[in-house]
Amino acid sequence: MIEFTIWDILRNLLLATRWTIVLSLVSFIGGGIVGLVLLFLRVSKRQWSRSLAKYYIELFQGTPLLMQLFIAFFGLGLFGIDVPAWLAAGLALIFWSAAFLGEIWRGCVEAIAKGQWEAAASLGMGRLQQMRYVILPQAMKIAVPPTVGFSVQVIKGTALTSIIGFVELSKAGTVVTNATFQPFTVYGLVALIYFALCWPLSWSSQILERKLNVAHRNY
Amino acid sequence: MNYQFEFGWLAEYYPQIVKGIGITVELIAVGAVAGISLGIFCAWVRALGPAWLKPIIALYVELIRNTPFLIQIFFIFFGLPSLGPQLSELQAANVAMVVNLGAYSCEIIRAGIQATPKGQFEAGASLAMTRFETFRHVVLVPSLQRIWPALSSQVVIVMLGSAVVSQIAAEDLTFAANFIQSRTFRAFEAYIVSTTVYLALAVLLRQVLAMVGGLIFPRRAVP
Repeated sequence: MIEFTIWDILRNLLLATRWTIVLSLVSFIGGGIVGLVLLFLRVSKRQWSRSLAKYYIELFQGTPLLMQLFIAFFGLGLFGIDVPAWLAAGLALIFWSAAFLGEIWRGCVEAIAKGQWEAAASLGMGRLQQMRYVILPQAMKIAVPPTVGFSVQVIKGTALTSIIGFVELSKAGTVVTNATFQPFTVYGLVALIYFALCWPLSWSSQILERKLNVAHRNY
Repeated sequence: MNYQFEFGWLAEYYPQIVKGIGITVELIAVGAVAGISLGIFCAWVRALGPAWLKPIIALYVELIRNTPFLIQIFFIFFGLPSLGPQLSELQAANVAMVVNLGAYSCEIIRAGIQATPKGQFEAGASLAMTRFETFRHVVLVPSLQRIWPALSSQVVIVMLGSAVVSQIAAEDLTFAANFIQSRTFRAFEAYIVSTTVYLALAVLLRQVLAMVGGLIFPRRAVP
């Protein structure tokens, strides 16, 4: 039987971490773009677009990400496309993060005082211009901490893609465990790598929140 | 797309789905009660407890909040037996959910405790209550009331996350869906059905939590 050193295990896990990072970035950026569209639909004046966005968000926040992955994986196949795991994983994660980001950002936009909208309207700006030049610049400031915080959820969400067969950190953990029979060490290391990825983000989110929110704290 | 949807298997396999729903409900019921209790304890430690315990709880909370639930459950089910305790799938799933919700609810409840006006603590002290009595009788319930909506959302998130326990062969709703799709090759339909059930469970759970909130906190919120 081959002996595996800790370094052998760690090296393989770190190689797989690349894909966790790539998938997280793709999902976060893609989710941001779709989320922005959702945000505009959600704060629009038209009733149908508001309810459309609302039901979209309700649907994606009310079902498990794992189910969304399965449906993307098996559902796209119904159209006769041969779906690779990375495509299903990427799509599901993009639409899932969009739902959360859209809802987070809506909260931030709605936190902006109504007078700002009215002031912008009184300058003869259209709805889009009001958003672009007056509301979003202010909302962005409040949106930074929760958005950074949500990026942690995205990284953790990518772990589920191992279940539909995308080889990233979690899948590599399972594969390495099957080769080494050291689940305690391997999953411990996997957890530590995830921690190393997520904790700086959580921490900076907290710091940012404290910096931007001093006035609201009791002690 | 020339795909014929076929739901005929429901007639034969619905007991599996019902059983899966039962396990999912059991998991979230145990998870919510034990997890929130653990969260209250941890929040008490982090906000008001003994100084030596604070860093331990902080480490626990940060470790859980910054690692995926899937890895936590793998670690508990596959990793821990090498240290001794061999848990069954269901026990491991239960433990993982309690540990997970405990960490998240700790942070939420702590926010509620820290939003308590100082005067409440002083009022307790002026009635000769100890720090713990003040926490128990004066601070705790209004704190919980303040953060109940956030806590409810977190419970729903953990319920949806419980789909992952199927990966250690705990026979929850997702396990039933996997089982059915491997028998009938009706993957898409099986997952559509189970997803719909999850959506219904999430809506239902939110209502139940709102009702529970109404029962525990009959009076208006203290600011």
